[in-house]
Amino acid sequence: MLELIQTYGPRFIEGFVTTMELVLLSVVLGLMIAVPVALARMSRNPLIAWPVYAYSFFFRGTPLLIQFFLLYYGLAQFESLQETTIWVVLKEAWWCGLIGLTLNTAAYTSEIIRGGMLAVPHGEIEAAQACGMTKAKMYRRIILPKAFRIAWPAYGNEIVFLLKGSALLSTITVLDLMGQARVVFARGYDLNAYVVAGVMYFVMIYLFDIGWRLTERRLNRYLGERPSARAKPARATT
Amino acid sequence: MWEVLQFGDQGWGDEIATGAVFTVLLALASVVVGIVVGLLIASAKLSKSPLVSRAAFGFTSIFRGVPELLIILIIYNGTEIALRSLVGLFGFETAIEVPKFAAATFALGMVFGAFSSEVFRGAFLAVPKGQVEAGLACGMSNRQIFFRIRMPQMWRFALPGLGNLWLILLKDTSLAAIIALDELAREAQVAAENGDAPFTVIMAAAIIYLILTAASRGGLNRAERWADKGVRRV
Repeated sequence: MLELIQTYGPRFIEGFVTTMELVLLSVVLGLMIAVPVALARMSRNPLIAWPVYAYSFFFRGTPLLIQFFLLYYGLAQFESLQETTIWVVLKEAWWCGLIGLTLNTAAYTSEIIRGGMLAVPHGEIEAAQACGMTKAKMYRRIILPKAFRIAWPAYGNEIVFLLKGSALLSTITVLDLMGQARVVFARGYDLNAYVVAGVMYFVMIYLFDIGWRLTERRLNRYLGERPSARAKPARATT
Repeated sequence: MWEVLQFGDQGWGDEIATGAVFTVLLALASVVVGIVVGLLIASAKLSKSPLVSRAAFGFTSIFRGVPELLIILIIYNGTEIALRSLVGLFGFETAIEVPKFAAATFALGMVFGAFSSEVFRGAFLAVPKGQVEAGLACGMSNRQIFFRIRMPQMWRFALPGLGNLWLILLKDTSLAAIIALDELAREAQVAAENGDAPFTVIMAAAIIYLILTAASRGGLNRAERWADKGVRRV
């Protein structure tokens, strides 16, 4: 095991960096797509709500692997596309991976945000209206901040699934952490290659979970102490 | 563009169709394994022994923290290596082929079991305590209470969570493509690499997945309504 890490350590680090790069980018880009998508899903105009629903239905109803295949293998079918300048980007596995991950996570995230928005207490919305807020201001100041707090744990779960799903990048030849582990395994037929990668993923997710929970507590600190925390003896007030 | 979906030697239609059948079979086999594993892990989590429940929670967090793809590869290649060295002990030098379907079923079943144990645990705890007390008052043993009161009533609470996990599982069967099991995603990949209309074949596979997930959602909604029909609505 030690020998394996000594020989291939740099490879694992490289893979780790690629994984982080792609996951972070797709989380940020996915969120930027997800918020407008969630708002469009709530629209009363069917011409806006329906295409967005179809997008979310497709990306949540098919495996991520198939979405990667569509981008990586599928697009080559359209010869006219290959003559355009976008092809410079689309022929790269890295970009196919980024686009696939982003569209996939945006679909799931938009559902989570929509769920959060639907759960915002009515009283808060009425209060905002009573204050004379415009719709835009109400969304910006009341609905979205509250929706994110409600959706926070579910959103964290989605990011964990995205991180695990990013291992599929290796199937379209991206050398992410999983991809590098497969290369190392193929060289020596040593199962430890997978064990090392598995431990790295596990630690990443473990640390992420802790950070996410701490952030949740900070986001909700305005709610005061939780009932469970109230059982603790009160601090002396001097 | 459409010729690629023909059946027979000309197209990939029959391969895609058998792939779809394999996908459904793999999902069904995995869900059976997964429910058994999930129930075992859930009862371990509810165990009074801290050692047993700790181990059960550890099991879940390992499967939550490691990509499914890696789990499939570790189980498949790990079994292969273990079998080879086992045979090596007796002085043979042959590679033994690990049955791919069994390996994939086992791996996906373990993942399903790890997640469903949380669903089952919550469902067991959701059965009102008064029911258990009523069983005790009737003089039932712990075993009888478990099988006659908690277990039958737990399913209704577990159904929505299990339904979600089933939808995830259905999509995760595509990961078995990595060990070249001939399910839908793998057949689509092969057809894309060897045919001249990759987008058409992969899109066909995607639509089959969509049909499977949409049909599952419909079926699950009906199952939930059926399970709740004897329950007073608040």
